[in-house]
Amino acid sequence: MAAVAESVIKPASRFRFILDRRDVLGSVFVAPAILYVLLLVGLPFLMAVYYSVSAYTIYNPSWQFVGLENFQQIVQDPEFRRTLSNTFIFTFGSQALGLVLGKFGALVLLRPFPGRKLVRALIILPWAVPVALATVAWQWMFDSLYSVINWTLIALGFITRAQAPNWLGTTDLAMISVIVVNAWRFFPFAVVIFLAGITAVPQDVLDAATVDGAGFWRRNYQIIVPMILPIVAIGLIFGIVFTFTDLSIVFLMTQGGPIDATSVLGFKGFQTGIVSGDVSHGAAISLFMLPVLLVVVIFMLRFIRRREI
Amino acid sequence: MPRLTVAQVAKETSFYGTVAFFVILAAFPFYWMVITSFKTNSDLYNVANIPFWFNDPPTLEHFRYLFDKTLFARWLWNSLVIGVCVVAITLVTALPAAYSLARLTGRTGETLGIGIFLTYLVPPTLLFLPLSRVIASLGLQNSMWSLVLVYPTFTIPFCTWLLMGFFKAMPPEIEEAAIVDGCSLFGAFFKMTIPLSLPGILTAVIFTFTLTLQEFVYALTFISSSDQKPITLGVATDLIRGDIFYWGEIMAGALIASIPVAIAYNLFLDRFIAGITGGAVK
Repeated sequence: MAAVAESVIKPASRFRFILDRRDVLGSVFVAPAILYVLLLVGLPFLMAVYYSVSAYTIYNPSWQFVGLENFQQIVQDPEFRRTLSNTFIFTFGSQALGLVLGKFGALVLLRPFPGRKLVRALIILPWAVPVALATVAWQWMFDSLYSVINWTLIALGFITRAQAPNWLGTTDLAMISVIVVNAWRFFPFAVVIFLAGITAVPQDVLDAATVDGAGFWRRNYQIIVPMILPIVAIGLIFGIVFTFTDLSIVFLMTQGGPIDATSVLGFKGFQTGIVSGDVSHGAAISLFMLPVLLVVVIFMLRFIRRREI
Repeated sequence: MPRLTVAQVAKETSFYGTVAFFVILAAFPFYWMVITSFKTNSDLYNVANIPFWFNDPPTLEHFRYLFDKTLFARWLWNSLVIGVCVVAITLVTALPAAYSLARLTGRTGETLGIGIFLTYLVPPTLLFLPLSRVIASLGLQNSMWSLVLVYPTFTIPFCTWLLMGFFKAMPPEIEEAAIVDGCSLFGAFFKMTIPLSLPGILTAVIFTFTLTLQEFVYALTFISSSDQKPITLGVATDLIRGDIFYWGEIMAGALIASIPVAIAYNLFLDRFIAGITGGAVK
């Protein structure tokens, strides 16, 4: 009896003993998360790279290697080159607009005033609400016939009904519209980031600067801005990455049109790879996001490291 | 009351003007959602009417149509099931991972943490092609369970980072005391750390759930049958017959789906920021 009981306890306690080692428990704890990410992010990523150098389509799923042929064909396509430049315009236009709005929004919310909590809650809305739903609301506001924006412009006497712009049906206006919607969606995030950064600046540093004779703008641009740069950099990484690879706003508002004026990389990859089933070309188009993403991430990480020291 | 100079009055006016500008900019589309969803069709589609308020008395016809004649209730249910499953998968994997990276693995943990965080930045539009093949080979195409499988690819990195921030902010002395008192390392995590970090865990749960509600790209790629769609996809793509947009119904659906997310964000925003930025400081 005693022998049986002992043999049961011993492995159990050894198991416990192993789990009590910090490095072992650490690895056991982190393994499932790493495995999940490796299997469903790492592996698909490698597959995407391989698709881009193969002749894979959903009708002919062969893994035949074709080298850089897909990339050559894509680069020669004027539609694709338009898409690439659109993506840059879309990204930097909306990030610049979003950052400016974010900075001013944060300055407004820094000052105490009655109803500040409610104002903050309302300003957060565009970022909180699912992007697809907010986008359809904008699509309705940009409607060719019942646009509330046009109605207001007409009522104020700026334009007549005959001159009313077709926001999503004209090439330049369509691009401006998607940029505005994307900046609108991101600016609350920028507000939050700026606020978190500014409130983290120690008050005694600011007081010391004031005593030394620094005015509002000097405090702003020589103390606050340099001190919050790392956190703003993180915010900007998010903004650039999510905008550069976005699909939903363009898909819902313009379908890339009119005549490819708002086609961006994510949308083009979707059209080619999923809708048309040309997986290899779709993957090649999507991979054009990668260099930009890498550059942005490396640049920002280095920047953050240097700031920390 | 002190007398205000002209300069002060001008300053105050411009300040509140800026406040008004931001409120209108941020909230007008939602006001537009509300007013559209309660208007009668004859009121909506009449350009002679002033669009900013009700010219006919408000109506519930759009909401009624949504629940009676469309799969809206089904989409709500789908989103709830997907959200709950993804939250469960995420907690089981991210909670121990975050604890390990914050406390147990030291220097390597920090690098691994940044690595996991970076996978959050790998965009869906890069992965949807291979993932759609993976899902097809698993027999999950056109099923909402494909989303349960795929959504943790971004919620796990996100929550690991968020929870890491919370764990780092907790004093390690609490667990050390438990270990001195005879608790195992695992026991200290299970009996001390988890109960003490419940506010952080709740924040992670809420944000995981809202992330699944907000996702659009994977849902659009993997699902085409109406009855498998989550709510965001259903409202945005399924309430259009041919060329005709059912604007009243679309806005009513968007409103119902947006309200819980908006409330959750506002309630948990401060904790969320503390967690996100806490992961970045030592």
